[in-house]
Amino acid sequence: MDNSIVGVWSQPVANVVERGAVRKFADAIGDPNLLYRDEEYARGTRFGRMIAPPTFCRTFDFGTIEGLDIAQEGLIHGEQSFHFERPIYVGEELWCSECLTDTYTRSGGSGKMTFLIFEQKGETKDGELVFTSRANVIRKEGADA
Amino acid sequence: MNHSLSVGMEVPPLHKGPVTHIDLVKYSGASGDFNPIHTVESFAIEAGLDGVIAHGMLTMAYVGQMLTDFAGVEADLVDFRVRFRAMVRPGDTVVCRGVVTAVNEDGSGSLVTLQVFAETQRQETAVKGTATLRYR
Repeated sequence: MDNSIVGVWSQPVANVVERGAVRKFADAIGDPNLLYRDEEYARGTRFGRMIAPPTFCRTFDFGTIEGLDIAQEGLIHGEQSFHFERPIYVGEELWCSECLTDTYTRSGGSGKMTFLIFEQKGETKDGELVFTSRANVIRKEGADA
Repeated sequence: MNHSLSVGMEVPPLHKGPVTHIDLVKYSGASGDFNPIHTVESFAIEAGLDGVIAHGMLTMAYVGQMLTDFAGVEADLVDFRVRFRAMVRPGDTVVCRGVVTAVNEDGSGSLVTLQVFAETQRQETAVKGTATLRYR
């Protein structure tokens, strides 16, 4: 793989945290939490407004890393982490971007494995950092040994 | 600050499932992850799996639900990380568990660190990780 793309951030993309999308996501994971679906209830809590489930931010569009060309097939999600400066608010707009921060290859009994470490971040229009996340993705090649 | 939390305390477990094919279709739609290994049986078999498997992120979301249920409206989830291990398949039930491993005070409240995991009815660990809640 072309290593020159390591460290290059995508152009940030605006994502509106849509109420319907949050509700559908909460339904899909079977989470009845009223903070995700009842505006009046949420307004009465210390959050003051509806929020999104923590893993919802994995669904954002993080833009395209220029020059990154990885086949989606055969990718294994190895690890995932999130760090939140505060909850994600329903209705807000977050500018999200992504970077391949590291990649390395290991050879083992089951063939060659390429590890890809992606980091993402979401900021408000004013540059307030709201969350960062990291995904470790593994691609197995020649795993038929 | 929440005085009732101490090291060794267990989070109320969250029981999810049995996971259905429809759950995986719904999660694909809601998340935008349309990798067919989660929804198309023939594709999953072709890929060398015994059949479709759940999205790792769905299991992580279950653990997230356990954490946010535990946090209620008093605490914020600030850190949440997992490693994906055993696969979850349609028909599986998943139980999410957590235990408090540290309670630290700082200027703005207390930080509660937990070890979290989700296991299937086969007693296989599907995800394992850590989380931190901040009580202000």
